[in-house]
Amino acid sequence: MNAQALLEIADDELILGWRNSEWTGIAPFLEEDVAFSSIAQNEIGHARALYEIAARDLGTTADELAFDRRPEEYRSSTFVELRLVPDWAKTIARHWLYEQADEQRIKALMESDDPEVAGLAAKIDREETYHRMHAQMWFDRLQDEPRFLAALDELRPLVDRRREHIPDFAEFWEEMTVVRRSVAGATW
Amino acid sequence: MIYEVFRQERKGQPFQHAGSVEAPNEDFADWYAREQYGRRGESVALWVVPREAVHEIGEFIDELERNYHRVDGYPLKEKLKEARERAGTAGDR
Repeated sequence: MNAQALLEIADDELILGWRNSEWTGIAPFLEEDVAFSSIAQNEIGHARALYEIAARDLGTTADELAFDRRPEEYRSSTFVELRLVPDWAKTIARHWLYEQADEQRIKALMESDDPEVAGLAAKIDREETYHRMHAQMWFDRLQDEPRFLAALDELRPLVDRRREHIPDFAEFWEEMTVVRRSVAGATW
Repeated sequence: MIYEVFRQERKGQPFQHAGSVEAPNEDFADWYAREQYGRRGESVALWVVPREAVHEIGEFIDELERNYHRVDGYPLKEKLKEARERAGTAGDR
């Protein structure tokens, strides 16, 4: 398995997990706050596991891949980078579109010749099944809402756009990595 | 809608009330219940029940104080002692 291809997925999962975790404490109601935060945490967990496999190929560590690369080295899609708080309809539109696209990608990984990659993909897919259920419940609930349909139309073309990062990606990267860089030479 | 959630810790054990979740429909209720009461391996099964489906009974009439209906109203200790004495087996245990 090509480590760069794994990084693309891992970066998406890390950054989407970050963006979704921005809803922690401010989601529309408490049960959803817990649920959506848990999904965010799962995505970051998937990122960690994928970074670990890539790190072995690249002779580095998962943390270094997640936090020590330069902003321009991230391979994430613009789609996951967008900050959508406080627009819940857009957030759910992205969640649903992402889970659909991610399903194809993870199913392809499950067919990998590398048993480690295929095994991890199967584990991830079992968790993603619940994410997909969650996204679908929300889709069913919002499917007649014009603001949700507009959000789907707006976001759909961005799903796999990797030509450029969001304009303020450098600020985003700064925030994501500032703690890690805050103490020189620290080995957290 | 409020849904009451019951959880079973191990197979064969009785379900016990775990708490409740608020959800717009049953699908959401199941998902939230799984998230809040089953994610950490603390349950092998959940029952998710709309609160309206639960019949609460909180009034128990016992006007004639028939205390023999109650566990604490029918002490066996004294009666057992007398019976043992009659049978001559007192002190055997």
